[in-house]
Amino acid sequence: MANVLAVVEQRDGTLRRISDEVVSAAKSVAEQSGGVVHAIVIGPVGTSATVSQLAKFGAEIIHVVEHDALKGYSPDGYVQVIADHIKGSDYFAVLFGATTNGKDLAPRVAARLDVPLAGDATELAVESGDLVITRPMYAGRAFAKVTLDGAPRIVSIRPNVFRPQERAAAGTVQQVAFSGDASAWKVTVREVKAAAGGKLDVSEAPVVISGGRGLKGPENWQLLEQLRDAFGGRAALGASRAVVDAGWRPHGEQVGQTGKTVSPQLYFAVGISGAMQHLAGMRSAKTIVAINKDPDAPIFKVADYGIVGDFTEILPALTEAIKAEQKH
Amino acid sequence: MKIIACIKRVPDTEARLKIGAGGTIDSTGVKFIISPYDEYALEAAFRIRDAQGSGEVVAMTVGDPAAAEQLRSALAMGADRALLLKGQTTIDGLATAKALAAEIKEAAADLVLLGMKAMDDDQQQVGPMLAELLGVACITAASDIAIEDGKVVCHREIEGGIEVVEATLPALVTLTKGAHEPRYPSLKGIMAAKKKPLEEKDAQVPASRITLKDLTPPADRPAGRIVGQGSDAVPELIRALRDEAKVL
Repeated sequence: MANVLAVVEQRDGTLRRISDEVVSAAKSVAEQSGGVVHAIVIGPVGTSATVSQLAKFGAEIIHVVEHDALKGYSPDGYVQVIADHIKGSDYFAVLFGATTNGKDLAPRVAARLDVPLAGDATELAVESGDLVITRPMYAGRAFAKVTLDGAPRIVSIRPNVFRPQERAAAGTVQQVAFSGDASAWKVTVREVKAAAGGKLDVSEAPVVISGGRGLKGPENWQLLEQLRDAFGGRAALGASRAVVDAGWRPHGEQVGQTGKTVSPQLYFAVGISGAMQHLAGMRSAKTIVAINKDPDAPIFKVADYGIVGDFTEILPALTEAIKAEQKH
Repeated sequence: MKIIACIKRVPDTEARLKIGAGGTIDSTGVKFIISPYDEYALEAAFRIRDAQGSGEVVAMTVGDPAAAEQLRSALAMGADRALLLKGQTTIDGLATAKALAAEIKEAAADLVLLGMKAMDDDQQQVGPMLAELLGVACITAASDIAIEDGKVVCHREIEGGIEVVEATLPALVTLTKGAHEPRYPSLKGIMAAKKKPLEEKDAQVPASRITLKDLTPPADRPAGRIVGQGSDAVPELIRALRDEAKVL
């Protein structure tokens, strides 16, 4: 068979942004493999009422596994549900989002099914009946094209790379009974502490505004925060390794080799010189803007647009201009 | 408490890589290091051992004989002994996980620690696959780790928050950057490492089921331009973002 399974993600009863991307990527593969898209959603009772948008992006059948034991992400429970579902079917490919939890889940499902996994795909194509996966290696210093000798082919896709595309399908909801025993699970989530203000994560945001050592001190981050707010909830803050190591910003914001890899539509690098390890985390952004007082900073070599000068003068002007632009 | 820390020999993350024929990396003149995330795993292992006041940390790797250099570094940092499983690893993390599982199954470890990912293949899969093969609890991408009342408790950085997770022992945890900076080997540590046991044996690494068809450098970004100096350049930047890049 040539159907493709999209494993989507919800948190607190809301589908996460990556879900539309996984279904859209699955739809593109299914159009080439000659199948349809199935989606699978795991969550608490009531989840089925939140999944209709998946039809818009191409899900023909939406399998919903509802149980209050599955409210939060449970590795043991989720691995079992997904592996059991795949065992009873014959998918051409199974796509996960390469989010923190997707990267926890996909390898364990692959190991349980004894099939190989390609992680963090940035391109998918069907050639001569096989799925060809493009994925970064060496922290983005090389890109590999690989094929998988396994049935199904299991892949996780990098967030923000596969754009959601509306291609409507039936979206028939099918409830799947859950028969797991939560008392036997070895891992339990004690609590989830939401980041201050519930801001968008740097790995998911369409606009990222990152600051580096050139900002001189953590007190100057308010200028970045004002620029972020000017984008009206579409932007998140990032940071260079130097400022995270200095304790100015939390590690969750770090972009680069020992931090997050981001692929936003628009990336601002403010006071960041552009070390190799930082570039590895952001060079796949669609458009890069660099603001730096040093015209010879390496960041200008990868930036699409640069402004040379003092950030204390440029950022407030930029914030006002973005605000004016957003009103149009 | 017996802790196994699995590490990997990888090219220095600051090294410029030359891609040779057949999609291989030309390693001539390239410095090799312990994959940076694996250093977080080693550091976590040392801290847990030292907090417990007893036990041992075994540094382990699957790789070619040259990886003994990285195991020696782990010993210098503070591992008690090391094991080199000689075999060729590939991009297929499940094959690597099987080679490690064959050894670790017999080892009766309380805790197996790895870096969240190796900085070469970037597959981020060997840890959770190994946990699955061992049938033990698994927590990935932990930025903090502690043992409390016979359980392992970790912080995970998830999108938009921190998850506090606990697991029963034995468990496998993969580490990311977080609470603890890895220590540097002291001179005393380097001297002591020479006398610590470093065992070598042949590993059984199954054949890769991932075919590498091509490996290429990333496409160069088209040359950009400096739009101007200071805040006077902002209107031109906005125009370019709106009309040329179409991202506003």
